[in-house]
Amino acid sequence: MSWLLLSPMLIPFLGASVAFLAWNRPRFGQVVGVVSAVLLLITSVALLLDVHANGIRVVQAANWEAPFGISFVADHLSAIMVVLTAIIGLATIVYSLFDINRERTYYGYYPLLLTLLFGVNGAFLTGDLFNLYVWFEVLLLASFVLMSLGGTRPQLDGTLKYVFINLLASALLLVAIGLTYGMTGTLNMADLAVKLPLVENSGLVTAVATMFLIAFGIKAGIFPLFAWLPASYHTPPVAVSAIFAGLLTKVGVYTLIRAFTLLFTQDVGYTHQLLLWAAGLTMLTGVLGAAAQFEIRRILSWHIISQIGYMIMGLALYTPLALVGAVFYITHHIIVKANLFFVGGIIKRLTGSFELEETGGLYKASPLLAVLFLIPAFSLAGFPPLSGFWPKYILFRAGLEVESYLIVAVALITGILTTFSMTKIWAQAFWKGTPEGAARPVRGSRFRELRALYLPVMFLAGITIVIGVYAQPFLELAQASAAELLDSRAYVESVLGEGAYDPVLALTGSELGVAP
Amino acid sequence: MEWILAIVSGFIFACTLYLMLSRNLLRFVFGLSLLTNAGNLVIFTAGRVTRAAPPLIEEGATTAAATTANPLPQALILTAIVIGFGLLVFSIVLAYRNFEEMNTMDPDSIRVAEPLDETDKDAGDVRIEGAEVRT
Amino acid sequence: MNSLILRVVGRLLVPLMLLFSVFLLLRGHNEPGGGFVGGLMAVGAFGLYSLTYGVATARKALFVDPRTLVGLGLLLAVISGFGAAFIDAPYLTGVWFVWDLAPDFTLHVGTPTVFDVGVYLVVIGGVLMALFSVEDD
Repeated sequence: MSWLLLSPMLIPFLGASVAFLAWNRPRFGQVVGVVSAVLLLITSVALLLDVHANGIRVVQAANWEAPFGISFVADHLSAIMVVLTAIIGLATIVYSLFDINRERTYYGYYPLLLTLLFGVNGAFLTGDLFNLYVWFEVLLLASFVLMSLGGTRPQLDGTLKYVFINLLASALLLVAIGLTYGMTGTLNMADLAVKLPLVENSGLVTAVATMFLIAFGIKAGIFPLFAWLPASYHTPPVAVSAIFAGLLTKVGVYTLIRAFTLLFTQDVGYTHQLLLWAAGLTMLTGVLGAAAQFEIRRILSWHIISQIGYMIMGLALYTPLALVGAVFYITHHIIVKANLFFVGGIIKRLTGSFELEETGGLYKASPLLAVLFLIPAFSLAGFPPLSGFWPKYILFRAGLEVESYLIVAVALITGILTTFSMTKIWAQAFWKGTPEGAARPVRGSRFRELRALYLPVMFLAGITIVIGVYAQPFLELAQASAAELLDSRAYVESVLGEGAYDPVLALTGSELGVAP
Repeated sequence: MEWILAIVSGFIFACTLYLMLSRNLLRFVFGLSLLTNAGNLVIFTAGRVTRAAPPLIEEGATTAAATTANPLPQALILTAIVIGFGLLVFSIVLAYRNFEEMNTMDPDSIRVAEPLDETDKDAGDVRIEGAEVRT
Repeated sequence: MNSLILRVVGRLLVPLMLLFSVFLLLRGHNEPGGGFVGGLMAVGAFGLYSLTYGVATARKALFVDPRTLVGLGLLLAVISGFGAAFIDAPYLTGVWFVWDLAPDFTLHVGTPTVFDVGVYLVVIGGVLMALFSVEDD
């Protein structure tokens, strides 16, 4: 049983080490990458089904008992995130087969990508705060090298900002973890959920909560901590941009959701109000930034920020419906956003440029690509019946239910401006004729030649349509995770054992020798 | 005892911020290495500084005989040091490669990824002649 | 760097440091030491060697590419965790083999040792990769 829960970490790790060992055989690395990604997808779906059928799954690594060792926990949210990671991982690796040149492959692209998946899955599944820090560093180190791999000048510049701001966030996270340990004497998240409410100095808890908010906020890219994102995400190859855009900021969002539903719910009036302001401003600044850009990847990078705002809005409203919206939004967003980057890469292949000014004539030359762009673009803007419509609808309703009209108004405006951005790309790259200064004439879809690029796009577009048309099972999963998030009893008891949830009992039950 | 360590770590944080804000990549890297250490000191202090026996259990016994010091912060710090070391190595290499390519250590003048206007795309090249390294 | 002193001292120190790194690695389980420190010590040895005789010679002295070392180390580390499958325990649980080799000497070899050797190799490979790439220019 325990192996199924650990397999999302073990498979990419095993794949990464084998691929690293054969670094001078790039073909072999590609094979290992694809095989690991397929296996990862299969096991992660099995894990999600298992969690859905049997409830929260827990493994105590190395057989150390709960608050002392490191627990790995798979609840609905974690399992959903792991499945999404596997989907994006598979799509990215297939896309990379064509997109990543030989030199980058030679310098360890596939092992690094697998290491990234390893770190991301670890961050989703761990039930220990310090271990979470370690996973963050694993995925950061892999992402640093991936971003700078190839070493072009824009990449080096982008990596510089990405690395330094993220390291700052990590250090802040470390300090916040240290202070949490000082207050409670434990770092196991389930144990913390029991002990944090008992800390007498509640002001200190709120201060530490704010530190976590800033540290995770930098990683998630919320207002005003997102400056590193538009400075770096457009510099690496498209495949790397896509997996970063799809996954990495969402790890930050996931940890924010985990921290502010399980751990820091003592002063909801303060922390979640702060989150709500951040959410609204994140949406607005992100979408306005996108409106000012005329390079496809930079438009999309700014849109990541505005979309993060929606997820944070769901967390900040902190009602069952809002959390359902947040989880559903993440599901939809990861797939759509990575897909848009993939489409952007194909646009570059066909027209020779990412600049909207220099592209054009794609609608006529490649109706296939036009359709493949419209699906994720309209989904991002929230058009029914595509996947983006449902989470936005749920979030609006959740906002109206608690009468936060301001945030709903902001979210609506953001939606309209998103449509504006997407139509901008549509009008410039697809609708308009081939411009004077075009880098190269567009000759059809070149499907046969670029099939490794088209296949992932079709795969993800298919998922977008399925989520949109057949939303019920996805909604049920989101509801199940929201229910688990709001009532931490199940989480705590499956990690620490029956009866652990009673705060008073828990304190006398496992005295750790550190007086608060 | 704790208050001394608290002041020391606060002082290191101040140094870190000073180094990081002084617009030089190398100083920023130094700041980063200090920052991790300040964080480690916070964990160490948060684990309470006590005079107690080392947390070792005698052979044959199942529990420790005397009150022991808290072993966990050391384990945490050790992990953090290892991670900090790896990240430091990477950031030094990165800063060095950036210097090689752009010929400047001033992060504000590196605008290749986000050019303000067309001329900025080549800003790094222009700077090669008057390569200035602020020390 | 072409310095007579460094070359003479280096020839003496490098083997000693490598030996000490292995000592640190094996000592690590119950006493101060371990894969990370041992690995760093070995990196120090090869770093000194590359300073004295140049990176190309140091690469040759290492026999394998640092990347291979990283891969091998990672593989050893991940495989060591699977030992737990044989005693039906969660991943990474230590499995120990104890041999009584002599009346007053028992040898403990376990999966944590394998894990530590993996860490040792990853540290050597990873840090040397960075070191060589900077020194190469």
